[in-house]
Formats: sequence, C-alpha cells, structure tokens
Amino acid sequence: MSDASFRVDETPSSGEAGFSDYFALLKPRVMSLVVFTAFAGFYAAQSEMHPIEGLAVILFIAVGAGASGALNMWWDSDIDSVMKRTRNRPIPTGRITADAALAFGIALAGFAVAMLALASNLQAAALLAFTVFFYVVIYTMWLKRRTPQNIVVGGAAGAFPPMIGWMAATGSVSIESAFMFCLIFMWTPPHFWALALFARSDYEAAGVPMLTVTHGRRAARAHILVYTLLLAALAAGAAMAGIGGPAYVCVAIVMNVLFLRGAWSIWRRGEQTAESDGFKIEKSFFTLSLAYLFAHFGAIVVDTAIEPYVAGMW
Amino acid sequence: MALSRLHELHKRRFSRNLGLGIVLAGLVALIFGLTVVKVSDEDFSVPATLEGSK
Repeated sequence: MSDASFRVDETPSSGEAGFSDYFALLKPRVMSLVVFTAFAGFYAAQSEMHPIEGLAVILFIAVGAGASGALNMWWDSDIDSVMKRTRNRPIPTGRITADAALAFGIALAGFAVAMLALASNLQAAALLAFTVFFYVVIYTMWLKRRTPQNIVVGGAAGAFPPMIGWMAATGSVSIESAFMFCLIFMWTPPHFWALALFARSDYEAAGVPMLTVTHGRRAARAHILVYTLLLAALAAGAAMAGIGGPAYVCVAIVMNVLFLRGAWSIWRRGEQTAESDGFKIEKSFFTLSLAYLFAHFGAIVVDTAIEPYVAGMW
Repeated sequence: MALSRLHELHKRRFSRNLGLGIVLAGLVALIFGLTVVKVSDEDFSVPATLEGSK
C-alpha cells in the first residue's frame, strides 16, 4: 500500500485492519465452545493418536469453525450494522471489507478441511466441510431470515464439533457422539431464545424473524420451557446410554435442576415484571446455559480421565 | 504529514504482520511435528509405486 493511505487513515474506517480484527472475524467466543466440545468428543473416543495429532485435529476443527464465523459475518454484514450487539464487528465498522472477509473465510475453510483430512481421516474432514456448509448456507443464508425455527435447525451446525472430534479419533460415528450432538442441538434453542427475550429490539430492527418477534414473547417463554424439559430428558438418557460416568451424572442432576428451575421462572414471568427488573432472570438463564454446556462436556472429559480408576465401581 | 512519524496505521499494520508471522511460525512447527509423528508411526510405509521408482 502506498503512503498516500495516510490521509485516508484519519477516519477509523480505513479498511486497514489489525490482527485483532481478523481474529474477531473468527468469532472467538463461539470458537472456544467449539474447541471445548470437539476436544470432549475427541478425548472421549479414547483414540491412540499422538497428542500432536490430537492438537492438530482440534486446531483445524477450530479453524473450520472460525471460517464459518467469517463467512457468517460476510453474509450478515447488512444486519450486523443495524444491531447494537454486532455493530462494532470488523465489517460494519469498515475495518475489514466484506470481500476480504469472504476471501478469508473461503481460504480458511478450504485449509481447515484439507489439513484435517491429512491430520486424521477423510470422514472427519468431510463432516467438517458439511458443518461449514450447513452453518453458512443452510442456516445463515437460507433459514436465519426466513423462519422463526432458524435457531432450531441451525443449531445442528454448532452440534457437529464433538461428532467431528469423535470421528477424527475413530473414523466413525457412535451412539456416544450422537448423544453429544443431540445435547448441543437441544440446548441451542433455549439458549438463543433467552438471548432474544432481552435483545428483542435488536432482532426486530434487523428484521430477523426470531420467535419473540413472530410469535410473541409469551410463546418464546413457553418454547424455552418445553425445550428445556426435552433437554433434561436427553441429558438423563445420555447418562444411561453409556457416555455418563459419576461426574456426568452429578453434573447432569445439578445443572438440569437449575436449568429447569430457570426455564420455569421464565415461563411464569410476565413482560412487565421482566422489564421492571431489566430481564434479570432471562439474563441469568442465558449465563447459566453457557455453564450448562461447559459443565456437561467437562464432565464427559473427567469421566473419560477417571474411567480406569472407577471402572470396577461404576 | 512526515512519513517517518509513527502513526496509528503503522501500529495496526505491525500488529497484523506480527500476528501473521507468529501464526505462520506456529503452523510450520505444527506441520513439522505432525510429519515427524506420521512417519514415526509403526504403520507408516512408503507407497510401493515410490519404492519401485527408486
């Protein structure tokens, strides 16, 4: 770039992005969840892969997830600039152009899939490619702006990482990895609908047909309760299906009781009460939902680690 | 504006270049490690087509 760009830089939106801007394009907070759940799936499979291979597998799954995030931001840059929660992202602020984000996302996605194939196997790489496709095309481009069920179906994209981790380790899927998939799949709707309850104006302004916008907040509260009940049943089923050891059972009991209590409170509340206390219950339920997922997958990791010691007792 | 003056633009370029350099160095180390692990594996063997061409 010539030094003529000095003049342009007087505004913050020069298109001259720093490293942190490109990192932000990868949605690092979402990526942390992907890394953790993919690691749990990989570790629970108890593969004999070398730790460096394991590190590479998790890293390339994370890069694939980051690529999905970049492509999502490229497509959604118009609505991101409308919503308070997302208007400071690199594309709406002009620090990165939409074309640059598109190129960055495609290159990273191709790189991640090819490297995962080399580090582990073709099946895992194919599943990663499908996950990127599902998140970008099925969820972001197709469902997100068309149906209030966007979160329900789109949640599958976030549910694939532990299955990819398991497949990278073993080359196949299993009942355990299917349960891990279902756990995230059922967890996603109450998590996002809780967010939609206290960020409604954002989605309305952007024209995204969240359930709170299309069917009303009462319906969203009822949906959260129903999905939380289904999630609790699934979490209990997973414990009985073999993915759960003592740590998982303890976590599942505690977290599901708390989660059900939170969903019940949300369902019972009226809008006036919620608005008067600044959506305190909805916000705490949203925070709890993050802890819920980390705790369940953390328990799966712990149970795998202690399995040799408790095999006779459990 | 003097070209030698340290500008915010330079900082952003430097952060980008430094970050990219670290990422690339890490990638080289990872792929090197991965290669060593793969070729050290007991199941690793040179494909017959390559052996025949020697």
